[in-house]
Amino acid sequence: MNINATLIGQAIWFALFIWITMKYVWPPLQKAMADRQAQIADGLAAAERGKNEQELAAKRSADALREAKEKSSDLIAQAEKRAQQIVEEAKGVAKVEADKVVAGAKAEIDQEVERAKQALRERVAELAVAGAEKILRKEINASAHADMLVALKQDL
Amino acid sequence: MSAEGGTTGYIQHHLTNLVVCSDSAKVDGVCTGFWSFHLDTLLVSGVLGLVVFGLMAMLASKATSGVPSGGQNFVEMVVGLVDQQVRDTFHGKSALVTPLAITIFVWVFVMNAMDLIPVDFLPVALQAATGNHEMPFKFVPTTDPNLTFAMSITVFVISIVMGLKVKGVGHFMHEVFAVPFGIKLAPINLLFRIVEEIARPISLSLRLFGNMYAGEMVFILIALLGIYQLPLALPWELFHILIITLQAFVFMMLTIVYMSMAAESH
Repeated sequence: MNINATLIGQAIWFALFIWITMKYVWPPLQKAMADRQAQIADGLAAAERGKNEQELAAKRSADALREAKEKSSDLIAQAEKRAQQIVEEAKGVAKVEADKVVAGAKAEIDQEVERAKQALRERVAELAVAGAEKILRKEINASAHADMLVALKQDL
Repeated sequence: MSAEGGTTGYIQHHLTNLVVCSDSAKVDGVCTGFWSFHLDTLLVSGVLGLVVFGLMAMLASKATSGVPSGGQNFVEMVVGLVDQQVRDTFHGKSALVTPLAITIFVWVFVMNAMDLIPVDFLPVALQAATGNHEMPFKFVPTTDPNLTFAMSITVFVISIVMGLKVKGVGHFMHEVFAVPFGIKLAPINLLFRIVEEIARPISLSLRLFGNMYAGEMVFILIALLGIYQLPLALPWELFHILIITLQAFVFMMLTIVYMSMAAESH
């Protein structure tokens, strides 16, 4: 063990290397490591947030889907009801119209019948008169038997 | 490999530093005075430090907070390990303690790691390169007490300065003179304090020096066994990987502990 001035030289080397580490090695590394730590923490937090949001979105979409289904089934039911209603109404209207047409036709037929009867009556009376005239031309005065002819006309 | 002296000469040659000094410091043509320098220790430790800290500074200057490169990742791993120790042990606020601990761990580790290169490899290569076959050259700077004492004394000075700075002169003096027995026994307190403070750098430096010196010695002895060194050198080398890491870690850890003791009240 011989201690000599090497001691001083080594102390200078040591001091120099401490200075290098203190100035050029440690601060940039420390900063890089701290920054990376912050970045990782941020990343993890963002991932967590994203996961939560995704869960919420899934829930929301399921809700929306269910609502839409309910709404559509409601709409279908309503539409069916309305269609039935329309069919019923149409049936009613058609029935009324048909009745009206039938009634009109019946009335017309009755009128025609009445008119035909009237015409027939007229014609029968004329024919009777014409026949009677031909029979009675010789023996009977038309005017003398008018009462009897009128009574006959009434009976027809 | 010294040409003369046999086994003893070989061992001694391997344990001799390459010394330079001015003529005035020479005694009988040998540098034994204080003003002589161990050129091998200074060169190897300096070059290793410049390379490794230069590399670290280069990687750090390109450090990104994004995906790190392999080199940056490695440096961050080492630095993160040291920083974790500092966080666990040192609770004060200081911009110096972590860089100091990083410096100690990395520097001591690479210097100790020189021990893993076979003992004759670099000295013989250097002797062949310079043509001087008698030139001693120790390639493990931590086996030189000058280096370990320089480090521990620097740590000691930093811890004193830190104590003064954190606690203030008044509080510091109070601790020196009035702890643990009260102000009435001030001389005894002072004596205790001095013993405590002096013991730290001595134990710190001698622990590292002793471990590395002994390890180096075992390597030299194994190297003397000729062909039989092959099965022995490998296990010792593997075991030594543990020792060099552990010694670097212990030096760093104790430094952190001393710093935290200096910064915290007793």
